[in-house]
Amino acid sequence: MIEIIFISTLNGILFGMLLFLMASGLTVIFSMMGVLNFAHASFYMLGAFFGFEISRHVGFWPGLIIAPLLVGGIGMFVERYGLRQVHKHGHVAELLFTFGLTFIIQEVVQMVWGKLAVDYRVPPMLDFPAFTVFSTQYPAYKIFELLTAIAIFLVLLLVIKRTRVGLVVQAALSHPEMVGMLGHNVDRVFMLVFGVGAGLAAVAGVIAGPALVTQANMAHSLGPILFVVVVVGGLGSLSGAFIASLLIGLLQTFAVASNASLADLFGELTGTGMFIAHVSDIWNVTVAQLSAVMPYLLLVLILIFRPRGLMGTRES
Amino acid sequence: MSDIGRMPGSDPLYARPRSLVSTLAIWIVIAAILLILPQVFNSGLSITTMCLMGVTIIFALSYNMLLGQTGLLSFGHAVFFGLGGFLTAHALNTARLTHAPLPLEVFPLVGGAAGLVFGIIFGAVSTRRSGTAFAMITLGIGELVSSSALILRHAFGGEEGISVDRTQVLHLFGITFGPQTQVYYLIAGWGLVSAGAMYALTRTPFGRICNAVRDNPDRAAFIGYNTTTVRFIAFSLAGLFAGIAGGLAAVNFEIATSSSLGATQSGTVVLMTFIGGVGNFAGPIIGAILVTSMQLTLSDLTSVWQLYFGLFFIAIVMYAPSGIAGMVTRQIPLFRANQLQKVVPYYLMALVPGIIAFIGGSMLIEMINRIAAHAADGPEMSLYGVALNVTSPLPWIVACVLLVGGGWLFRRAVRISLNAYNEALAIAQAPSTGRSVS
Amino acid sequence: MRKLFGIATVAMLALGTAILPAMAADTLKIGYVDPLSGGGAAAGQIGLNQLKFIAEEINGKGGVLGKQVEIIPYDNQLDPQVSLVQIQKAIDQGVRIIVQGNGSSVAATVESFVDKFNSRNPGKEVVHINHAAIDPSLTNDNCSYWHFAFDANVNIKIEAMTNFMKANAAIKKVYLINQDYSFGHSVAGAAAEKLSAEGSSIEVVANEFVPLQKVTDFSPYIAKIKASGADSVLTANWGNDLQLMIKAAGDAGLSVNWYTFYAGLAGTPTAIQQAGMEDNVFQITEGVNNIDYKPMQEKVKEYIAKYPDSPIYYPRLFTAMGMVFKAVEEAESEDPVKFVPKLEGMRYANFIDGKEGFMRPDDHQYFQTMYISGFGALGADQPFDEEGTGWGWKVAAAVPVDDTIVSTTCQMKRPE
Repeated sequence: MIEIIFISTLNGILFGMLLFLMASGLTVIFSMMGVLNFAHASFYMLGAFFGFEISRHVGFWPGLIIAPLLVGGIGMFVERYGLRQVHKHGHVAELLFTFGLTFIIQEVVQMVWGKLAVDYRVPPMLDFPAFTVFSTQYPAYKIFELLTAIAIFLVLLLVIKRTRVGLVVQAALSHPEMVGMLGHNVDRVFMLVFGVGAGLAAVAGVIAGPALVTQANMAHSLGPILFVVVVVGGLGSLSGAFIASLLIGLLQTFAVASNASLADLFGELTGTGMFIAHVSDIWNVTVAQLSAVMPYLLLVLILIFRPRGLMGTRES
Repeated sequence: MSDIGRMPGSDPLYARPRSLVSTLAIWIVIAAILLILPQVFNSGLSITTMCLMGVTIIFALSYNMLLGQTGLLSFGHAVFFGLGGFLTAHALNTARLTHAPLPLEVFPLVGGAAGLVFGIIFGAVSTRRSGTAFAMITLGIGELVSSSALILRHAFGGEEGISVDRTQVLHLFGITFGPQTQVYYLIAGWGLVSAGAMYALTRTPFGRICNAVRDNPDRAAFIGYNTTTVRFIAFSLAGLFAGIAGGLAAVNFEIATSSSLGATQSGTVVLMTFIGGVGNFAGPIIGAILVTSMQLTLSDLTSVWQLYFGLFFIAIVMYAPSGIAGMVTRQIPLFRANQLQKVVPYYLMALVPGIIAFIGGSMLIEMINRIAAHAADGPEMSLYGVALNVTSPLPWIVACVLLVGGGWLFRRAVRISLNAYNEALAIAQAPSTGRSVS
Repeated sequence: MRKLFGIATVAMLALGTAILPAMAADTLKIGYVDPLSGGGAAAGQIGLNQLKFIAEEINGKGGVLGKQVEIIPYDNQLDPQVSLVQIQKAIDQGVRIIVQGNGSSVAATVESFVDKFNSRNPGKEVVHINHAAIDPSLTNDNCSYWHFAFDANVNIKIEAMTNFMKANAAIKKVYLINQDYSFGHSVAGAAAEKLSAEGSSIEVVANEFVPLQKVTDFSPYIAKIKASGADSVLTANWGNDLQLMIKAAGDAGLSVNWYTFYAGLAGTPTAIQQAGMEDNVFQITEGVNNIDYKPMQEKVKEYIAKYPDSPIYYPRLFTAMGMVFKAVEEAESEDPVKFVPKLEGMRYANFIDGKEGFMRPDDHQYFQTMYISGFGALGADQPFDEEGTGWGWKVAAAVPVDDTIVSTTCQMKRPE
C-alpha cells in the first residue's frame, strides 16, 4: 500500500512536471496576450524535430539551445506578419488563424521528415538509472525533465514579477495604449512574448521528444490536455499553471492505480438481455479506464463553478 | 473575450425588410433547382456527393445558429450530430425488429429529438459562461462524449458502429429508399424544411435578441433579457438541427460510427462555416459545399492537399474574415448602383497574377514533396501538363520567378482594385440628388 | 440574391464532381481506399507502395488476362463516410476490386456498403479485399459474400498465441493489457477465455484497459504490472500505446516477456532497442523476413532497395493480390460475380514461406501459417534487421495452418 502511494506520488509529480514543461509556453502566451494558441503543440513538434535534426549532425545539447531559438524566431515571424494582421478582426479570427497554422506545420513536417517516427534518442550522458525505489528504476533523464521544468518556472516567475521587462509585459496586456504612450513599443513586446512562448514550447519538444515518440502526428496526439492545464490553473497565473499540472499529473496517476468500479462497490450485475448489456458497460468500467477523461471533467467543473481557475487573476 | 461578438462582417443587410412574396419566391426557386439537380448530374458519384453536401449544409447551418447568430464559438458541436445519428440508427433497428408502422421519412425527427434533448442537457452546463470559457467547456464535453463512445460499446457499437438497412422499414407509396436518388430527395426535402426553419428563426424577435446578445451582452442584459437563457435556447435549437443532420447522415450511409461525434468533425464544421462566412445565412451553405468538394477532390490531385487547405484557410482568415459570402455581399451595393461593371475589370486584372503566383507556389510545394516524401517515384513528374525533372534547376527557377513576380504584381493589383472598389462604393452610397448646387 | 448565389454554387460544384478525369479503359483497375493523409497516412502509404511494386512486377510479365494492372489510390482520411464517397467515385471510374484494410471501423462500413450496393445494383458488383482489419465480426456476425479477409483475425491470432504460451512452462502469470475499445476488448476476452481454460496452468493476474491513444505516461501501468508479479504481458496495443509502454518499461527496469500483435509496426522496433529489451518482445504475424525461404528474401531485398525509407510491408498483401490475380485468370473475367467463386476455397502458397494456405469458403477468411517471432540480435543466417537497429525478428515458433483454425458464426448469404 505504502509502495503504491509512494510510487504513484513520484510518478504523478514527474508527469505533472512534464505537463508544466509543455504548457509553460502556452501559459505565457495565453496569460500575457489572451491568445489561445492552438498552434502551441505544433511549435512543440517543430522543436522536437529541429532538436532531432541538430542532434543528428551536431549533438543533443546544441540542439537544446538552437532549436528553441529557431522556433522562437518562427513564432515572432508568425506574430508579426500573421497574428498582428488578424488581431483587428477579433478573437475568433485569431483563434482560427492559429488553428489553420496547425494544418500547415503538420503537413510541412510530414513532407520533410516523413510520416513515421524518427529515432530521436536520449543523450548517452543521461541514459542511466538515477535511483531505484521499491525495485523500480527512475532514469536520470526524467530527473533532468523535472529540474528543467522547475528551472523554467523559477526563471519565468522572476522575469515576470521582478524585472522591468516583466512589468512592462504585464502592463501591456491590460493597458496597451497607456504603455504605448509611455514610450514602449507595445507591438514589439507582443512579438517578443509570442516568440518566447513558442521557444518554450520548443524546449519542451527537444526534451520530451526522446522520452516520448517524435512523429509527425505528435502535435495532434498531445491533444487539448495543455489547454486544460492552463484553464484550470487560471488566466494570468503562472503559479496556477504549475499547481494545475501537478494536480492533473497526480490525479491521472492515482486514477490509473485504482481498479475500483461500480461492480466492486455494488456487486456484479446479473441477468441477460440488451438493457443489462448496455448497463454493464458502465457498471464494469474501472476508474483506471476513466483516467484519461478526468482532466476534461475537471475542466468542465472548474469552468462552471470557478471560471477564474485555481489562481487566475481575471476571468476570460 | 467579450469582443467575441465583434463578428467580422456582420451583415447589415440582414436588417433590410423584405416582402413576403420575394422571400417565398427565392425559396421556391431553390426547391425547383433541388428537384432537377439529380436529373442533370446523374452519375452515382454526383448523387452521393450531393447527399453528403446536403447533410453537411444542414449541420453547418445549425452551427451558424451558434457562431454567427449568437456569437458562441463551440468546439463540440459534432456531439449532437453524432448522437442524433446513433439514436436514429437505434430507432431504425428497433422499428425493423418490431415492424413499427413508421416510414423512413420521419426518422430524422428522432435525430432531431436526440439533438434537442442533449442540447438541453449540455446547454444547461455550457451556456452559463460565454466567450473563451464557453469554448473550453464545449471542448471538454466533446472529449468526454467521444471517450464515452469508446467505453460504452453496446450503445455505440464499438468499432463497427451501428449499421442499419434503410430499406427495411415501412414503405410509403412504394418508395424503398434503396436507390441513392430517392435518398437524395429525402435529404433535399429535409434540408429545405430545416433551412427554412432556421431562416425563419433569424427573422423572429428571438433571432434578433440572439444577435443583440452577440453584439453587446451587457446592453442586452440592461434591457432586460437574461443572456444565459437566450444562449441556452439558441444552443438547444442548434442541437436540434444538428441532430436532424446526424439522423440524415445515418440514413444516408446506413451506419453510425463514433467518428461522427469526434473532434475532427467538430473542427471541420468550424472551418466550413467560417470559410463560407459567419455573418450571412448563405455563408455556411457555401462553406459546406466548398469544403466538402475540396475534401473529396483535392486528395486526388495531390498528397499534400491539407497544406493547400491550411494555406487557403489562413488566407481567408487574414484577408477575408467575413468569408466568401461576405466578399460577395460587399459587391451588392455596387450591383444595385450599377457600379459593378466598373470594378470587375480590376478584379479580373488582379486574378491573373494571383493565378500565376499560385502556379509558382504550387510547383514549389509539389517539387519539394516529390523530393522529400516520394523519392521512390523518381525525378520525372508532370505539373499542369508540363513534364519536368526535379533535379534540374530550370523548373525551380521558373517556379520562384512565377511566385515572386506574380505575388508582387498581385499585391499591386489588389491595392488598385481596392481603390477602385472604394471609389465605386462612394458613388453607390452617395445620395442621388441631381447636380450639385454651384 | 444571396440564396441564388448559393444555389449557383451548388450547381457549379456538383458540375465539378460530375466531371471525372478520363480513365484509360483497358486496364485492370484496383482501387486502394486507405488513409493517405492525416493520422493513418503512414500505414496507408505502406500499402500503396506495396501495391505499386506488385503492379509493376506483374505488368512487366504481361499483366493479368493481357491487361495492365492499374492501382488507383483513394484517400479516405480514415473516415468511414469519406470512404463511402471514395468507393462511389471508384465504382464510377470502373473499379471493381477495392483493397481496403486500415481501420476496422472503416472496414465494417465498407463491407456493409458493398454488400448492400451489390444486392441493389446487380451487374455492377464490386469485391472488398481486406488486408489489415481483424475485428472478428467482419468474418463472423457481419460476414459478407463479397468480402475477403487476408489478415488472421483476432480469434486466430489469440488461438495461436495462447497455444504457444500454454506450451511454455516458464509462463505462469500473465498480465493482459489492451486498448479500451472494441478491438482491445475482443482480444482481451478471447485471451482471458483461452488462457484460463481447462488444463491450463497459467494464471491471468489482471485484465487492464488503456484509454485509446490518450496516455502519455505509462509509468503507473508499469507499476501495476510490477506489483502483480506477472512474468509475461499479452497486449494488442499498437502505435504510441505500445511504443510508450515499452519505453516506460525500459525506464523502470521491468523485466517481463512481452507477447504482442503489433511490435513490428514502424517505430516500435526502435523503441524496443532503446529500452534495451533484447529477446524479451515477441509478436505474432504471418511471417518475418528472416524465415529461410529464398524467393521471399530476394523479393524483399528488391522492395527495400526501392523504398529504403519505408522498408516495412505486409506479407499478406502479396499473398492477397497473388490470389486475386490467379482467380481472375482462372475465371477469365474481371467480373467479381465470376471470379469470387474461384477465390473462395482457393489454396495458395504463402508469399512469406511458400507453405500452403487456404481461403475458407464459409466465412472468406484466409488461413495461413502463423509465426511467433522475437526481437533481438541476429545470427549469421538472418540477414534482415529492422530500422537500422542491427536487431531483427527471429522465428521463435511456427504454428502450422491446421492449428490456427477457429470456428465461425458466419451465416453467409450467397447469390443464387
